[in-house]
Amino acid sequence: MFVTLFGVAIVVFVVIRVAPGDPIAMMLPPGASDDDIARLRALYGLDKSIVQQFFIWLGGMLHGDFGTSISLRQDVLGLVFNRLPATLELATVALLVAIAMGAAAAILGARSRGTAVEAGIDIASGATLSIPDFLWGLVLILLFGVLVPVFDISGRVSPQLDLPFVTQFYLAESMLRLRFDLTWDLIKHMLMPAVALALPLAAIIAQLLKQSLKEVLDLDYVVLARVKGFSETQVILREVLKNAALPTLTLVGVQFTFLIGGTVIVERLFSYEGLGNMAIDAVINRDLPLIQGIVLVFALLFVLINLAVDMMYALLNPRLRHG
Amino acid sequence: MDEARISRRGLSPRLWLAGGWLLIALLAAIFAPLIAPQDPLAQDLMLERLPPFWLDGAEPGYWLGTDSLGRDLLSRLIFGGRIAFIVAFAAATSACLIGSALGLIAGYFGGWADRIISRIVDVWMAFPPVLFAILLVAVLGTGLSSVIIAIAVIDWTRFCRVIRAEAMSQARMDYVESARIAGYGRIGIMLREVLPNVLPSVVALLSLEMGIAVIVEAILSFVNLSISTDDPTWGGIIAEGRLSIHQAWWVLVFPLITLILTVLSFSQFGEGLKARFDPVLR
Repeated sequence: MFVTLFGVAIVVFVVIRVAPGDPIAMMLPPGASDDDIARLRALYGLDKSIVQQFFIWLGGMLHGDFGTSISLRQDVLGLVFNRLPATLELATVALLVAIAMGAAAAILGARSRGTAVEAGIDIASGATLSIPDFLWGLVLILLFGVLVPVFDISGRVSPQLDLPFVTQFYLAESMLRLRFDLTWDLIKHMLMPAVALALPLAAIIAQLLKQSLKEVLDLDYVVLARVKGFSETQVILREVLKNAALPTLTLVGVQFTFLIGGTVIVERLFSYEGLGNMAIDAVINRDLPLIQGIVLVFALLFVLINLAVDMMYALLNPRLRHG
Repeated sequence: MDEARISRRGLSPRLWLAGGWLLIALLAAIFAPLIAPQDPLAQDLMLERLPPFWLDGAEPGYWLGTDSLGRDLLSRLIFGGRIAFIVAFAAATSACLIGSALGLIAGYFGGWADRIISRIVDVWMAFPPVLFAILLVAVLGTGLSSVIIAIAVIDWTRFCRVIRAEAMSQARMDYVESARIAGYGRIGIMLREVLPNVLPSVVALLSLEMGIAVIVEAILSFVNLSISTDDPTWGGIIAEGRLSIHQAWWVLVFPLITLILTVLSFSQFGEGLKARFDPVLR
């Protein structure tokens, strides 16, 4: 885990130091003296050797100092923490949407196995899977932003609203404060980007979970449950689902990192003020410290999710639990 | 036997449909100067935001309408296909060559070569790919070759992981042992015996990767980081369409349909080819 993060840090550092274009020159007004340039260089540590710069940067990060953003002139860690909650909320809502849609399709498909309904679900999930979140985002903008304008397709929250929030977790805080008017406004902004992110993952869940459900449905204890008089849907929900969910769960964990990677462009598409949108601005402005900080936070997130999935798998798999 | 026949008969239509669309789009791109009804760069403010041909106010010769600068949408889509296909072929092939070579080495030789390559793949997988691509293009400078390099540098891991796993299982097969007894060297066996057996997977992945490359190029030109802004690109047209969505929906709708069809076709074509070549299914 730490080796991976260290590797990411090296790659980011090397890639960025190859960058042409002098960020210092961009900060100063034309006609700045060489002295000014040198002073600013020293301030940002750009006058030292590459290896020195790397270890100063790495040492600083271990103390929680990610440097100062060149374009926004603020502490990088503060900027990242300011935006991260928006991205986490979007990704979480997207994950929940994906699980709900995928599970519903899987249960419907397993219930009606062998019929045209199942074939339809197979074709739909296959096509949904092949179309990436960027294109889904555009389709949703057209359908629900223009054709039937029921959702907002730009921003995180309506700008005219007075926000009482003290944290950046707007969605969670609005619910805790029982300000459901704000919750609804946030959902109206968040739902379209979340669905765009969720659709490919929902398709994967539908395919895999349906397969596992069908396998478990043929086992003896399920037959027994049917004999006891449970309906097919009851059998699936009460007896089959928890035993069939394990393989899907592992996959969802891995796919969740892809979903988070997708937030970068989807946030841009919907002008959603999250970490990914800030990252693209940082790249366009050649804001080296900010880019480094954001990429590392994303990498940390990926590594942590993989760790959490491993732990959850160990916890839920009876064979590993007792072994 | 029966199963094989069913699968082949069932797969043909999608192979034909997908291949057909790709062929049409590719030919249109190659012969763009002959086919395109208008100059894709010609601006005419008298003709701005013309609707497509079936709506009131359309002009003959501007089949899909024009954008906010009066440029013909159909001609821009046809010329944008050139960039899309060049990036698709060049970037996917480069990613395929790098990834397959490393995957073959890691999977067949194992040991420290495998450990180093797998470690690099782990590091690569911890990057959000879109952000990585944007960062690389920003660093390399915008331009066609930067886009191709960025996609190849990021996506080789897709090939590496699959080919590594395949080569690993192939390396344990009896025929590899027989070849060794017959006196072939390790590299000779890898290229002559293992490589042909992992090829079906490579071909399917390659087609899939071409679709991904088209999308990444569109994303890069959407954030204005692909090639120079003068040349029409599908992502660039989409970016314009996103801005004028309430005045001229067609500027977003047509490139979107083009992209969806192309991406779907590349993935279905790959799946179809894989099923066709797969020795088990055949």
